[in-house]
Amino acid sequence: MVDVMRATLHDAVVTRRGKAILGPVSYQLPSEGCTIVIGPNGAGKTTLLKTLHGVERLSQGRVDWGIPDEIARQQQAYVFQSPIMLRRSVRQNLIFPLSLSGVSKAEAAERVTYWAGKIGLAKMLDRPAPRLSGGEKQKLALARALIRDPAVLFLDEPCANLDGRSTREIESLLLDVQKSGTRVIMTTHDLGQAKRLATDMLFLLNGRINDHGPADAFFAAPASPEARAFLNGDIVE
Amino acid sequence: MNDIWSGLQAAFWLLITLDRDLIEITLRSLQVSLSALVIASAIALPLGTWLAIRRFRFRRAAIAALNALMGLPPVVVGLIVYLLLSRSGPFGVLGLLFTPTAMIIAQVIIITPLIASITHQAMRELWAEYHDLLISLNTSNWQRIKTLIFDGRRALLTASLAGFGRAIGEVGAIMIVGGNIDNATRVLTTAIALETGKGDFALALGLGFVLIALALVVNFAIHVLSRTERDGRW
Repeated sequence: MVDVMRATLHDAVVTRRGKAILGPVSYQLPSEGCTIVIGPNGAGKTTLLKTLHGVERLSQGRVDWGIPDEIARQQQAYVFQSPIMLRRSVRQNLIFPLSLSGVSKAEAAERVTYWAGKIGLAKMLDRPAPRLSGGEKQKLALARALIRDPAVLFLDEPCANLDGRSTREIESLLLDVQKSGTRVIMTTHDLGQAKRLATDMLFLLNGRINDHGPADAFFAAPASPEARAFLNGDIVE
Repeated sequence: MNDIWSGLQAAFWLLITLDRDLIEITLRSLQVSLSALVIASAIALPLGTWLAIRRFRFRRAAIAALNALMGLPPVVVGLIVYLLLSRSGPFGVLGLLFTPTAMIIAQVIIITPLIASITHQAMRELWAEYHDLLISLNTSNWQRIKTLIFDGRRALLTASLAGFGRAIGEVGAIMIVGGNIDNATRVLTTAIALETGKGDFALALGLGFVLIALALVVNFAIHVLSRTERDGRW
């Protein structure tokens, strides 16, 4: 998984109803670690993630992962802001991505047991997934994303609306994932979480990258006045 | 009132004596409508789902046309199928006119738009829910359709039952293409029309009650078999 998957944005612009919601953005992401995207609501954080993942239609520019898009997408996984549960059991939700890529039943069962144990849902495998609690759904969505062993993992506010314990469980899972060499790109509104997890930061404002840099440097001394204000807890518009 | 009472009596007697004609007619009704249902579902369920997930140029027009076709007059469908299958028609050599096969063809044409339209409505909502996930997982169109059909099976059951209801109670088209021939193409609805025309209201009503009972039994059986409305199911 340590093969280089490095994303480069070339003048990427996303417009909706004539209004640019992202870009133009030109940026090369670091090839490893955990990138955390922060910024006020409507800054284009989700759009940026979706653009990198290749599911957002660009009006201009392109995203380059250094390998063909199809292959790149096969090695990526995305966890959405509100977890999407298939109307099936927990077990079937975990098996679903594996069955799409033709993993054998025996191996799928093995991986399901492993991941269900890891997220603490081992006893709930036969429960209908849409009836899980918010935290359980989020963990299931995360496990379902990780079960294919992706090289790149996108997370859109994975801990929004979760309490401290669920947040801690998810964060420790993310640290494990990062250690195993998976590239993590996530958005968050929680600056504490950003400090705990990030190796590098991106600050978005009005659809553009306002500031960026390695996490330590960024938190110690943000270059732009807006980023400084944002980190201080001021309302930036 | 008298007629209805004697109709009930007639139905009762037909049932407990297991009248040979009645059983034959009932089985043929079931055979024709269930075959039409299976064929129409095989076409309409993937079609309706496909319409829900695909964006193409004439999508709105296609959906509007489909909804309009739901109201297709059976008599006209019967007439067209008749012309196509008649000796001088393009498919005349097949010799299908006045056979149960012709009746099945007519009913498939009548109920496919109905099933496809209801399927489309139901699948649109499910697709809105699953859209992001299925796109993100890089699924093929066929995988998307399979997933939606599987997870939306309750709604699809309703669509199919609506189609069955229309097929089993339909008379105009099968009368024309089937011809209501005794021992060959007579079904419950055409028999009722015939007996009413002859003035034998008791028998007609008896057959009518059997028809209603049949529709209820089939619906109920399918619901029990597929366990809708049970706790823990969707």
